[in-house]
Amino acid sequence: MEKLLVANNVSKSFGDYKALNDVSIEVPKGSIFGLLGPNGAGKTTFIRIINQITMPDSGSVFLDGQPLQPNDVQHIGYLPEERGLYKSMKVGEQALYLAQLKGLSKQQAKERLKYWFDRLEIGGWWDKKIQELSKGMAQKIQFVVTVLHQPKLLIFDEPFSGFDPINANLIKDEILKLRDDGATVIFSTHRMESVEEMCDHIALIHKSNKILDGKLIDIKRAYKSNTFEVGLIASEATMVDAAIKERFDVSPATFKTINDELKYRIKLPENTSANDLVSYLTSKGQLNHFVEVIPSANDIFIETIQNN
Amino acid sequence: MNHLSLIIKREYINKVRNKSFIIMTFLSPVLMVGIFSLVAYLSQLNNDSIRTISVLDESGLFVDQFQNKEHVKYNILTNVELSEAKKISEEAEYYGLLYIPKVESLDELSKSVTFYSEDSASLQVMESVEDAIEGKANALKLKDAGIDAERIKELRIRINAKQETFQGKETSKIGSILKLGFGGAAGYLLFMFIIIYGNMIMRSVIEEKTSRIIEVIISSVKPIKLLLGKIIGTSLAGITQFLAWVILLGIFSFVLTSIFNVDPTTVQSPQQEMLNQSVEGGTQEIVRNLIIEINNLPIANLVIMFLFFFIGGYLLYASLYASIGAAVDSETDTQQFMLPILMPLILSIYVGFFTVIENPHGTVSQVFSYIPFTSPVVMLMRIPFGVPIWQQILSLVILFATFIGTVWFAAKIYRVGILMYGKKASYKEIFKWLKY
Repeated sequence: MEKLLVANNVSKSFGDYKALNDVSIEVPKGSIFGLLGPNGAGKTTFIRIINQITMPDSGSVFLDGQPLQPNDVQHIGYLPEERGLYKSMKVGEQALYLAQLKGLSKQQAKERLKYWFDRLEIGGWWDKKIQELSKGMAQKIQFVVTVLHQPKLLIFDEPFSGFDPINANLIKDEILKLRDDGATVIFSTHRMESVEEMCDHIALIHKSNKILDGKLIDIKRAYKSNTFEVGLIASEATMVDAAIKERFDVSPATFKTINDELKYRIKLPENTSANDLVSYLTSKGQLNHFVEVIPSANDIFIETIQNN
Repeated sequence: MNHLSLIIKREYINKVRNKSFIIMTFLSPVLMVGIFSLVAYLSQLNNDSIRTISVLDESGLFVDQFQNKEHVKYNILTNVELSEAKKISEEAEYYGLLYIPKVESLDELSKSVTFYSEDSASLQVMESVEDAIEGKANALKLKDAGIDAERIKELRIRINAKQETFQGKETSKIGSILKLGFGGAAGYLLFMFIIIYGNMIMRSVIEEKTSRIIEVIISSVKPIKLLLGKIIGTSLAGITQFLAWVILLGIFSFVLTSIFNVDPTTVQSPQQEMLNQSVEGGTQEIVRNLIIEINNLPIANLVIMFLFFFIGGYLLYASLYASIGAAVDSETDTQQFMLPILMPLILSIYVGFFTVIENPHGTVSQVFSYIPFTSPVVMLMRIPFGVPIWQQILSLVILFATFIGTVWFAAKIYRVGILMYGKKASYKEIFKWLKY
């Protein structure tokens, strides 16, 4: 798959502190790429290097196959975690100013702003000052400003913070639509449920090192442990219970049910298939719940961090 | 439109439209003219009050010396005891009582004349009283010695040296004052400009930090461009404000003088007094000398160098102000960094107003006119007195070289500092940033 952004062996130190250590990342074109990691892992430093706010000590970054140029900022839209707008400036003027800094002409900027303001139903805010708006309203403006110049690479650092669930959903849909229209998105967040929902690829940075990356599905496959959750209605419950506990590696199940039944989380050994388990269970009683446990992004995150 | 001009435009418009900026632009001249007129009015009022001084002259020699003047009335007491005279003066609420005892010889007077008053008397009053007695006493002594006082006056010669340079240009004492005026005004203007608008730049950097917009901006433009745009935009706003002040001051003082009939020029500044004293002869002479001196001033040199030193000095300090703004989180944290900036500035004003006046081309004046942090003010004050071009150029070269150095330094601090939140900046910390 074609890569939009490639970072090779990027390192960066601040004094004695090593913020990034030999990090290499490839972001496929048209994907939503989750950049994950605990606080202080070096995500923001990496994003700032892509935005040429900070220069790497060593390593190189390529955008669309070319080494990163100063002019490339026009092709990148960046919504930083620490964000804000000029409080005493009017919404419209401010958006025009920021759009022009990204290389749009005034006329272009006006047309596109009109489109976006109509789309998000915020047309009436044009002459308001930022300080008159609520935080969520200001965030909407900020989002529009980030995507206005139609960049091929969008970088969102915690894009949903400060939004209520309705607006967070609205923004989520807009991001997905931008991806469908051809943009590539790098997405840095702590909210694992949005990673689950949106990201195709992820990279995990921990203590300045990249410790995991790849397609989310592949990673999940690699992390699944042949574990199943089952629900079973058996007539001789005590006996069956003892037999199952005897035969398998069992732990308490987490799913909820309305039936009075035996519930297990069963980890199968490598050589046993799901079919073997199903035929065993059906011989013991009525099987009415059988699901493979797929690790969530959250599980993978916690497990990987703890193992490092 | 390119980035730099966009940033300059935004900074300029944002400053000029700011409410407190507009208020200051209009209020400052009103306040200045108001205070000036108030002082003028009050000093007029002060002069209007008439002081009465009673005089008890037991020697009888000086009575005719005390003629009533515009603001002082003398009340000559006769045939009363000193204690009685004191009581009368106190009850009548006179300003004071001058007591001249009966003396054997005039020499004794120097110690025995006494002035009684409610509080200690004003210097002006004491001087006029003393002058009156001294004049008469001296005349009497001369007479005793058989010398005619009038004759001495006639024989006295006054020297009023004509001044001319070696090149044959006519000069005069008024020239020195004029040069001081030009140099001082230029130096002081720069000083004020740096302090007012340097602070404004610093605040605008802090504002971008606290509003957290900075990262959005520098993902579009290079920090150095933002820094330069900010300095230039704010300076243009500053020049606009200065021009507005000049125009408004003119209008207001015109209006005030014509409406309230208060003439601000009646407040005499020390310089004006010096000017008056230094020139013997009528106003015509003054005007003539003034024209000669203005013609003698190196006007072209002055104007060109004023521009260069003004720009250089201002940019030098402005970049430092900007880096302070970048290093801190809020205005309250700026104190510790302000001192190193203000010290050389204040020093240059002191050197300018004391040393340069004393000796424009002395060692101290020369040295400080090369040190880049003081040279803009000190050199501007020296130039009217005639400084060789090579010295001016050398000083400018040092200034601009240092400017490039400080911009590099400021840009480094700025680039790192604007992204630092919550970290309390110290000198040590900032030093570390230079290596990032």
